[in-house]
Amino acid sequence: MAQADAGAAFEDAQTDSSGRLTTADGTPLRAALRRAERRRKVAAFLLVVPLLAFILTFFVFPIAQMMWRSVDNPQVVRALPNTLEALRDWDGRELPGEEVFAALHADFVVDSERPRREQAMGPLGIRLNYELSAARSAISRTARSAPGFEAPYRDAFVSSHRLWGQPELWRIIKREGRPLTASYYVAALDRQYDEDGSVIMRDENRRIYVSLFVRTIMLSVAITFLTFLLGFPIAYYLSILPMRHASLLMICVLLPFWTSLLVRTSAWIVLLQQQGVINSTLVAIGLLDDANRIQMIYNMTGTIIAMTHILLPFMVLPLYSVMRTIPPSYMRAAKSLGATPFTAFRRVYFPQTLPGIGAGGVLVFIISIGYYITPALVGGQSGRMISNEIARHMQQSLNWGLAAALGTMLLVGVLALYWLYNRLVGADSLKLG
Amino acid sequence: MSENDTEGFVVFDRVQKSYDGETLVVKDLNLSIARGEFLTMLGPSGSGKTTCLMMLAGFETATHGEILLGGRPINNIPPHKRGIGMVFQNYALFPHMSVGENLSFPLEVRGFGRSEREQKIARALDMVQMGAFANRRPAQLSGGQQQRIALARALVFEPELVLMDEPLGALDKQLREHMQFEITRLAHNLGITTVYVTHDQTEALTMSDNVAVFDDGRIQQLAPPDVLYEEPQNSFVAQFIGENNTLDGVIKEIHGDVALVELDNGEIIDARPVNVTRAGERTRVSIRPERVEANKERLHPDAHTIRAEVLEFIYMGDVFRTRLEVAGNENFIMKSRNAPDQVRHKPGSTIEVGWLPKDCRALDMPS
Repeated sequence: MAQADAGAAFEDAQTDSSGRLTTADGTPLRAALRRAERRRKVAAFLLVVPLLAFILTFFVFPIAQMMWRSVDNPQVVRALPNTLEALRDWDGRELPGEEVFAALHADFVVDSERPRREQAMGPLGIRLNYELSAARSAISRTARSAPGFEAPYRDAFVSSHRLWGQPELWRIIKREGRPLTASYYVAALDRQYDEDGSVIMRDENRRIYVSLFVRTIMLSVAITFLTFLLGFPIAYYLSILPMRHASLLMICVLLPFWTSLLVRTSAWIVLLQQQGVINSTLVAIGLLDDANRIQMIYNMTGTIIAMTHILLPFMVLPLYSVMRTIPPSYMRAAKSLGATPFTAFRRVYFPQTLPGIGAGGVLVFIISIGYYITPALVGGQSGRMISNEIARHMQQSLNWGLAAALGTMLLVGVLALYWLYNRLVGADSLKLG
Repeated sequence: MSENDTEGFVVFDRVQKSYDGETLVVKDLNLSIARGEFLTMLGPSGSGKTTCLMMLAGFETATHGEILLGGRPINNIPPHKRGIGMVFQNYALFPHMSVGENLSFPLEVRGFGRSEREQKIARALDMVQMGAFANRRPAQLSGGQQQRIALARALVFEPELVLMDEPLGALDKQLREHMQFEITRLAHNLGITTVYVTHDQTEALTMSDNVAVFDDGRIQQLAPPDVLYEEPQNSFVAQFIGENNTLDGVIKEIHGDVALVELDNGEIIDARPVNVTRAGERTRVSIRPERVEANKERLHPDAHTIRAEVLEFIYMGDVFRTRLEVAGNENFIMKSRNAPDQVRHKPGSTIEVGWLPKDCRALDMPS
């Protein structure tokens, strides 16, 4: 009976002349199915379009622009086209000849005839100032009088500002007279160009960024390690608690997420400052002399304490989610096989938490390496991190190119770390719950 | 049970366990397991059987009483010093270790040398026919293979006692039956004492030397499988093990091993009194479906017969299953072997069925 039914159903199936399956109206079934599949894909795509557009506009595009800025170098090319042409054969040793100064004069004249908003000498001064301090005042002072200079131009320029008489300025103009530059990266690595144009280390007292990068990495490592040290036991405890109690405790762990950053920071200041709660308590119970109150804020200690607190949930959550999935029977099995509780933990439990440790560690490290606000508020001088320097160049020194170079280096470092993590552990274990 | 305490290899002596300090999960447990015995703890979930196993393994502590292993009280010995092999419900094979490393683990923590470890591992893997799998990860094995490895790991350090906590629960039926056989064979060949926990009565009956039926924190009956099935000591055991027909009534009189029971519809039948003691007591009479007979020629002369109405006839291949209405019970089942002379009863017909009074056990009326 059942067999007979199946036979009838098979005969009912529509086929075309070559025996392929078709739908009732004769289109090949394969094509019809593919069309239905495509329609579903389009619908799915439409659902993510708004977010995709948002991310492209406000995330991918700004990052791309920032990376572009770190090598973009239009100022010299735009302001001094004639001078650059004349400098082409200059050997870079002695002061350039009269014909170069004549070209420079011509450039100044061209620029002075431009509408004020389009004048290129202002940006040029700012640009050259990054490489050589006082270059900006040389440009701006000369820009006013230069159109009126008479030949010989060389003496006129040199007498208007002494920098025009220094080959170093000319070397910089020639070097930066290209639309793309590596000089921001050279500066970001505490290096500079010497007279021959090769890259050398900066003077000892002017090196900032490399040591700041190193400090940022050290601080991030320390913070990651501390969050691990504090987070591992609590995550373990949470994972063995019944769900009801675990969620209550979890709220306590998540509190840093929900508290305003300023409130939190003020709390840290109240606690940690020299006249603060901790110091006063220590003095009051006689553990500390009043004169030797400990400096715990506005330095590296402050940054470490505050950031450890803030980033703790990022360690606890992945650890917890991994530990939750480790059945207690593994520990029991290990003990029943004769392992002491410590051995059972070390050889059976701990290795299984490694994906969680990896995920938490990478999360905390990546977040803390780019953290800005907390070090800015409680870090003082010794607790500053690279992001603070980037922000300074964005907001105060307005050297966006350098800020972009520093930012790009940070981004590349984080991506490299993520790639490494993905190779070692697999990114799919990077989850928060 | 407690009279052979002295010779028991594993002894539970008046053991109690409470988790919250108010209710007892295990109530006054006395149990003695001989060396080399295969004992199954059988019971519904929440009956205390797993708690007993965990107390024996050392993962739970008894709140009262003593557990002895080889004559030595082990209440205060931590699990890792008890030297008891254990197979867990979900195998608990360490996922980050290969099969070989899993087996090596108990030997390493016991300080065995490398060559001795490899020898023992090879032997244990051969024992479960998994010799070729030492380098696999547990996740690469099927459920049945994982089960074998778990077994090998529990046996590799040659414990005298092995505990198994529903080890076959996750396997499909065919594999389960095969593993039942293999586990019993291994246990007997190696001569190890086995305590096996399950809620599957077939498993308990086919594998064990003795079965302890748990309910409500107590052992309801401890007996070899055949005795357990044929001579249940109370209503719970009769109901829990195998299929069972019940008829409720009141004891009229008891003479030796015959009790007169007046069923609720007024009919009076003979039964064997098991845990009923006096006239006037409510009783539940229990008869196994395969001991009910409708074929007059096969019926023993002493058999008690009673009128029954056929409600349903189910053809099951090797047996016929006839649902009857007997003395007000509409779920009275008769199982008859598919023999050439066997009658297939039509629903709606009225027949006479009978059984021997000794197969009809007057048990307590559960409250």
